[in-house]
Amino acid sequence: MSEAVRFHFDVDGENFTSAGEASVAIKKTLRQMGFSPDIIRRVSIAMYEGEINMVIHAGGGKADVTVDSEKIEIVLADNGPGIADIGLAMQEGYSTAPDNIRSLGFGAGMGLPNMKRYTDSMDIQSTVGKGTTITMQIRIA
Amino acid sequence: MTIREIRDLLDAQVLTCEQSLDHQVFSACGSDMMSDVLAYVKDQAVLLTGLVNSQVVRTAEMMDMVCIVFVRSKQPTPEILELAKEAGIVVMATKKRMYEACGKLYHSGLRKTDSKGDAGAAQ
Repeated sequence: MSEAVRFHFDVDGENFTSAGEASVAIKKTLRQMGFSPDIIRRVSIAMYEGEINMVIHAGGGKADVTVDSEKIEIVLADNGPGIADIGLAMQEGYSTAPDNIRSLGFGAGMGLPNMKRYTDSMDIQSTVGKGTTITMQIRIA
Repeated sequence: MTIREIRDLLDAQVLTCEQSLDHQVFSACGSDMMSDVLAYVKDQAVLLTGLVNSQVVRTAEMMDMVCIVFVRSKQPTPEILELAKEAGIVVMATKKRMYEACGKLYHSGLRKTDSKGDAGAAQ
């Protein structure tokens, strides 16, 4: 494609039930655009984990997805509490999610490691008290 | 194994997408932690879980799974079933507990796990 295609979603932080709606929408769109199942799955899992994180930790946020001829980029930005120690947050099994989140099936400390695992690059910019922006890229060419 | 055979082995009640019962599946996983399903599962077509909320359906959808089995007589809400219908996922409910349900399917040949070999473990 010659021009980048952009998608924007507001992720509602009040509603755990609706978390993941943006990822479902992107998954459908990428399927219509004819991407391979592997690419679609990696994008949608990474974005879904990010969406869940924003709902659990940050009271929601914004998700922007850009598709160009070389890559799919997902930018997740929130105004939440920020991540004090990114190295620690990246460790599998480390979680600050409250117990009620675990009873919902999340908070196992796998979100950020999963996002890194399923993408080709991931950058985390975070300031405690201000928020977090995560940029992930998946190469398609 | 077909989804129909899973239904019969688990004596389960099919709640959505009955038209897909002849779909062939080759592997399954059992977990109540969706985080772990997203982390460890690869190409598992069936999810057995005792967790009942809408994120179970979303997780299955993200992983391209075709069937969700709710164990221990858990009954999904109409909203959950509606989400599953939209995603084309067969939902069924069984009275069996996780251990027995996974064991029956494994014993009957539904046993392929991913390369790490840890994704088929029941919790």
